[in-house]
Amino acid sequence: MAKYIGLRLVQSVFVLFGLSILIFFIARVVPGDPARAMLGYLATQDQLQAVRVEMHLDKSFPVQYYYWLRDLFHGNLGRSAYTKRPVVTDLVQYVPATLELILFATLISLVIGQAMGILAGYFRNSWFDGVSRLVSYLGIATPSFVIAILLLFFFSQILHLAPSVGRIPIMTQAPPIRTGFMVIDSLLAGQFSTALVALSHLVLPAFSLAMIHIAQEGRITRSSIVENLGKDYITMHRVHGIRTSRLVFKYLLRPSIIPTVTVIGLDFAFLMSNAFLVELVFMWPGFARYALTTMLNKDLNAMVAVVLVIGLTFAVVNLLVDIVITFLDPTIRIQRRGG
Amino acid sequence: MRQERKADFLATLAQRRRTLAKGWYKYSRNPLSVLGLVLLVLIGLAAGLAPHITPYPAQAGAYTDFKNAGRPPSGEHLFGTDRIGRDVFTRVIFGYRFSLLLGIVVLGLGVAPGVVLGLLAGYHRGTWIESVIMRVTDVFLAVPPLVLALAITAMLTPNLLNEMFAIALLWWPWYCRLVFAVSSSMRSQFFVREAELSGASEGHILFKEMLPNCLAPILTKMTLDMGIVILLGASLSFIGLGAQPPTPCLGTMVADGAKRLPGEWWSTIFPALAIVIVILAFNLVGDGLRDVFAVEEV
Repeated sequence: MAKYIGLRLVQSVFVLFGLSILIFFIARVVPGDPARAMLGYLATQDQLQAVRVEMHLDKSFPVQYYYWLRDLFHGNLGRSAYTKRPVVTDLVQYVPATLELILFATLISLVIGQAMGILAGYFRNSWFDGVSRLVSYLGIATPSFVIAILLLFFFSQILHLAPSVGRIPIMTQAPPIRTGFMVIDSLLAGQFSTALVALSHLVLPAFSLAMIHIAQEGRITRSSIVENLGKDYITMHRVHGIRTSRLVFKYLLRPSIIPTVTVIGLDFAFLMSNAFLVELVFMWPGFARYALTTMLNKDLNAMVAVVLVIGLTFAVVNLLVDIVITFLDPTIRIQRRGG
Repeated sequence: MRQERKADFLATLAQRRRTLAKGWYKYSRNPLSVLGLVLLVLIGLAAGLAPHITPYPAQAGAYTDFKNAGRPPSGEHLFGTDRIGRDVFTRVIFGYRFSLLLGIVVLGLGVAPGVVLGLLAGYHRGTWIESVIMRVTDVFLAVPPLVLALAITAMLTPNLLNEMFAIALLWWPWYCRLVFAVSSSMRSQFFVREAELSGASEGHILFKEMLPNCLAPILTKMTLDMGIVILLGASLSFIGLGAQPPTPCLGTMVADGAKRLPGEWWSTIFPALAIVIVILAFNLVGDGLRDVFAVEEV
């Protein structure tokens, strides 16, 4: 087990190393002058030259990469050309907002996806099964930005049920930052009404992100329930007179836990990339919008950092998923102990 | 001799026809797959014949008519007009041309290298060739394609050609991994061993022996991927990194119209639904093919 995790760790480090070279390459070989992008069109030749020396742009590509890697191990990702601040400072400020959004979206997709899958599987071929299949197909085929715009249009602009943009209203006093999660920070500061408002701001963007995952998890759970419903052990439990709710939650749901956990891991990175579009629509001041803005401004240091953070998140989450699955599934545990 | 060959040919033909008929039977069992196919044919025809069937083909690109700007849907303008007076229905149909073109070009450029590398890695399973190819593939798959596509297109001049180039550059790893999974399990089977023993060249083994057995999952994945590539392209052009105005591009139309919500809803909602329908159609057809070929890998 420890050997397996160690192997996976080495693999992840290797992949991230490769990713850093790839993204560094993309950022440096493209035409255009990064120094110019950083200083704007009014900069003098001397100023440009100073920045080129500071960013080692006057050196060859491998040398530039070496300097960048050396700085990375000192916790320094360079200065953002767009915000003029260290990239690390920017990340610390913007990542929690996106994390709050993604975690909430994961929660929504888990609860609704499971509920939909259980009902559709248990009452298969009923009208609910048909509706949930339609929802699944549409959820997978609809881009997140289209869902975002539709939700914004119907629930915010037509029905006035939900707030439209941002994390809290402009006039509201934000709670002091402790975790960076607006809802939790408000609760910690005792501002219950602010927490509620922040939560209401989360609902639409989180739903836009969650829709495709609701569809996927609903499908997985449904097919697992349908597959197991006809098996002998279920019939036996029924004959023994076990309550339906207990039957579903204790026995029917168990086989679908492993595929569900796997999907959550895979989805995490896709939630991050879809957040690029959803945060744009809802003007969510998060990591993805920061990433998008810096990319559009050809902000090389920030761009490299952003891609690496996403790659790192993906690698860490998948490693965690692997570990969790090993504990959940005895057959895999034994296999990996042997291999 | 000639007679014989002709009889052979006819027999093969008959068998092909039987296989096709059987496939179609399986495919047509699912009404949703048939619906997807019908939608695809309609979209393909509409896009192909766009200049002939749309009511105002002149309004697809650079055109302004401020007198008729922002008109709601009516008999005259089925989907209404946008903020500078162009017919939204016409632009949606023309937009399909660019969506389909994007999908075809990206898959055309991306699939071949991925398949070749996947075959090579599968055939040389357990050697350094496999390690190099598959580790590089891992790097490309370490972040979602949208993120890398954004990074590349943001660095280049935003236009349709660069958008295609950026997505195509990111698409081979998916096919490499798929083909590797299928072909590496084939590596030690008898038909490959036999070809090796009889002295067949590596090219023959890769492309004549192994490739035909990978075609079903590749074809299924390509159909499903058309939807994903179109979605990715729409996302990029929604951000403004795809084809530039006045090109009628569905993602750009959604972004443009969104600024005028909720008043002129038709200039956003109709292009948005058009995107959903084309992706849905490819997904339905892909699911149908998956049933026909009974593939599980994709």
